[in-house]
Parts: sequence; structure tokens; C-alpha cells
Amino acid sequence: MSSADPPPGAALDPTAETALTGVFRNEAGRIVATLTRLLGDIDLAEDAVQEALATALERWPRDGVPDRPGAWLMTTARNKALDHLRRERTRATAREAALRLHIDDESDPVSPLDSTAIGDDRLALLFTCCHPALAPEARIALTLRLIGGLTTPEIARAFLVQESTMAQRLVRAKHKIRAARIPIRVPPQPLLAERLPAVLSVIYLIFNEGYLATAGADVVRDSLCDEAIRLARLVTRLMPDEPEAGGLLALMLLTHSRRDERQSGDGRLRTLRDQDRSRWDQAAITEGRQLLEAALLHHQPGRYQVEAAIAAVHSEASAADLTDWAQIAALYATLRELAPSPIAALNHAVAISEAGSPEAALILADQLSESLDEYHLLHTARAEFLTRLGRDDDAIAAYDRALELVRNDAERAHLQRRRAAVHRPA
Amino acid sequence: MKYILLINVPNDAVAEPDMTERHMKFAEAAAGRGKLVGGDQLSDVATATTLRRRASETIVTDGPHAETKEFLGGYYIIDCADLDEAIEIARGVPLNDGGSVEIRPIVER
Repeated sequence: MSSADPPPGAALDPTAETALTGVFRNEAGRIVATLTRLLGDIDLAEDAVQEALATALERWPRDGVPDRPGAWLMTTARNKALDHLRRERTRATAREAALRLHIDDESDPVSPLDSTAIGDDRLALLFTCCHPALAPEARIALTLRLIGGLTTPEIARAFLVQESTMAQRLVRAKHKIRAARIPIRVPPQPLLAERLPAVLSVIYLIFNEGYLATAGADVVRDSLCDEAIRLARLVTRLMPDEPEAGGLLALMLLTHSRRDERQSGDGRLRTLRDQDRSRWDQAAITEGRQLLEAALLHHQPGRYQVEAAIAAVHSEASAADLTDWAQIAALYATLRELAPSPIAALNHAVAISEAGSPEAALILADQLSESLDEYHLLHTARAEFLTRLGRDDDAIAAYDRALELVRNDAERAHLQRRRAAVHRPA
Repeated sequence: MKYILLINVPNDAVAEPDMTERHMKFAEAAAGRGKLVGGDQLSDVATATTLRRRASETIVTDGPHAETKEFLGGYYIIDCADLDEAIEIARGVPLNDGGSVEIRPIVER
């Protein structure tokens, strides 16, 4: 972390501030989680951490960065929380919470940072953020805010909503956690099995929002992908016997290994076929494969493991033409049994076409015309199948429909190139 | 912490003859765990009378406060450690097909 630290005595400049934000983002989740456990109050924990950050912004550039910035932030935040509690004597819980903070104080002020309970604190808060009694969009926002340490404006930008809308979403969700008393804990068995999928789903949605960037002119939201991978690492480290958690981390690493090739320098989107595979991140691929293999040993197949297996098959082909599409088609068939969805069916169709049966693929895609009619990739896929079948006019009509629906500028440009490449009969 | 479980019945629900018995079983089980504070079945929605305040005037009308596809058929009040426990107990509430239970925390003073 030392590379992110501003030099001692540096003036408060934007670089020092950015560096501190980096430190802060790494530490915020664990500090908020620990203080939430000690205080039993998310808002109080968050306020205290924000104040600690403000103090750090003021002092670090002047006095130098402390040896253990995380421990410093933890202690400062805890002291800020104590100040709050002293001011709010009317609160019935204040004395009790203050007592708990003091008890920790006497033992060792920084011990919570070093104990293994830290991870559990974050995991507990993560399960709370992803509680089914919260709206799905609130789960994502809360997770990024409380565990990921992102600011409200950052989250609002990532999801293309007004800052005030996002702030309100967060306030409402935190109010519900408090008022309805949503417990802050890792749920006990047998609830755990029921709740884990919601946690994994939030992590995957964060990843996809970063990876697919559903709207806008660029694909800048890489940091959401990194954040999702970081959260998945946390879950897999703390729940090593949950193969779907490992499967999800594997899936995201294997997918993210292609990030540098996904878009060309001028912002064009590159399909798997057009990517330079030598530029895929081999370390991420190796780690993803190892995680997948370890997960599969549990013999509890799930959607993330199967999706990771599909990504692994892609990663094994040194060139697009060498892809084992038959195996991918078989994996999609398995995926559709485990987690039936129109999207899985569409991807199955694409694999069937690539494996040499565009006719069968078109039949499957046409069965999806009702559920996915508003989804540009259905029409893109149909256009590809029709091109292969030599039905060029129909293919062009399908591309036109896809172009009506596409929102991402890079994808639009890609579709226009594909459409222009169809050989229209003279 | 106390929660109220509001039991909503679809307007077109078919009467289920064993419903009363199922509710008695549920109430007995919840009370046996020390979680039940109280609860009642409400008379059918055709018996509802609504008072509405308009400025200084109070108007009395026939019927529920709003025409909806479901009506409030009854409630339980339970005392639980947290929402997870309330959800677990609410799962046991007998419901008509298409019916629902809304869990609302009761404000503590």
C-alpha cells in the first residue's frame, strides 16, 4: 500500500487526496463492518468513518501517513463514534454501545483490525446488505457503499442515476435495516443456503454492470469489476466450502481476463472471435481455472460453476476457430437445466450455430422471440444465424431491429459493421 | 421487537373449510414458542365502514378505504428477536391461494 501513500509533509493536493481515497477504499469496508458490530448501528458507524477520513485528509498531508493507515483510521473512527455517543445521551443504547467500545479500548485499540473476526464482520454486513427484504437495487447500492467503500456520487455515476436518487435509496434501505431490525450477521444454517445466492447475485450484478456498461459512450466502469472480484474473494476466503462462491469468482476472473481485448483503442467493441488471445490475462485465466477445478470437486454443480466452465473452454482455445463449441453447447444445455432463462437459451442457440447447426439455432432463437423481443442480442444472434443460412435480406432486417434496440455506442458501431458485411444479393 | 403480520386474502379466494383449524394450529405453535402476542380474524370486507377526514368534517361511508384486489382478512402480532425470525414465523401463517402476509415492525416507544 505504500505506493498509494502521499509522502510525509506533502501539500494537500488532488494526488494526495486520490491516494488517500485508495487507502480508504481498501479499509472502509472492514472499519464500517467492525464499528457496525460494536455499535449495532450502521449510520453511526458510517458517520464516524467519514469523519475519520476528513481528519486523515487534513492531517496526513501535514504530519505524514501513519505506519498502519488502516489501524489509524479504525482508532480515529472509533473515537469519533465515542464523541457522537457522548453528545447523544438521550439514546437508550448509547451507554451500552459506548461501554462496548471502551471494553475494546482497554483490551487493545487496534486488535479488531488484526483479528480474523474482521472478515466475519464484513461478511455479516454483506449478508445484511443483500437481505431479501431489501429491494434488489438497494442491495447493490448498499454493498458498494458499506463494503466497497464507494461514495454515493460514485455509485450514482456507475448506475447512471441522479445522486439524490441514489442517496435516497441508501437512506431508505438503512432505515429499513434499523426499523425492521434486519439482523447484521452471517445467517445460521439452514438459512445460509437460502441467502447465499442473493449475495452472489449482487456481486455478479456489480460485475456485469461494470463489464457490460449497459449505456453510455464508454466502458469506463472497470472499477466495478475489480470491486466485484474483491467481494467474491472475500466470500470465497471466508466460505471455502461453498463451491458456487468459488465458481462465481472463477467466472468473473475468466471473463475479466479478456478486458483489455474487449475494446480496441478507438473504442470499438471486439467480439471473442476478433480478440487477440495472446493478450488475455493468463494469470487471471490460470487462477480462474484452478478455482473452478477446486469448486467442481465438491460435486455440487451450480450455475456459476457451469458458466465458469464455459468461460474456461473459451480460454483454452488459442484461436477462435479452435473453440470446442460442441462442449460449450453441452454446457449451456446443463446451465438451462440448473438455471433456466431466456438468456441461457439464447447463448445455447449461439453455441449450437457455432458448432455447425445454424438451422437448429434459428429454431431455438425463434422460440425466444416473445420473451427477448426487446433485447438487441436476440436480433444480433438471429442476424448471424440467417447470414450463415444465406438468408441475407432476413439477416439485414434482423440487424436493423438490433440497431433500433442497442444502447451502447461501441456495440452499435459493431452492429453497423456486421450489417454492412452481409452480402446482399445483387 | 414486535411485528404485525397482516394477512391479505384475494377477493376471489375460494373458501377453504379447514382454514380455521389451520390458524388455530399456527397460533398454538407460535404461542408455544412464546412468540405470539395476539391476533384476530376480521369479518368480511362487506361489513367495513370507513371514516374519512376532510378539513374539519368527518364523512362516514360504506366499504373499505380503497377498492383493492385483496382485503385484510386478519392479523397476528408476534414478538421476535429480528426480521429473520419474524419471516420464519410468517412462513407458517396459513394462506389462501394467491394470498400474502405483510410483515410490519411495530414502532417501539
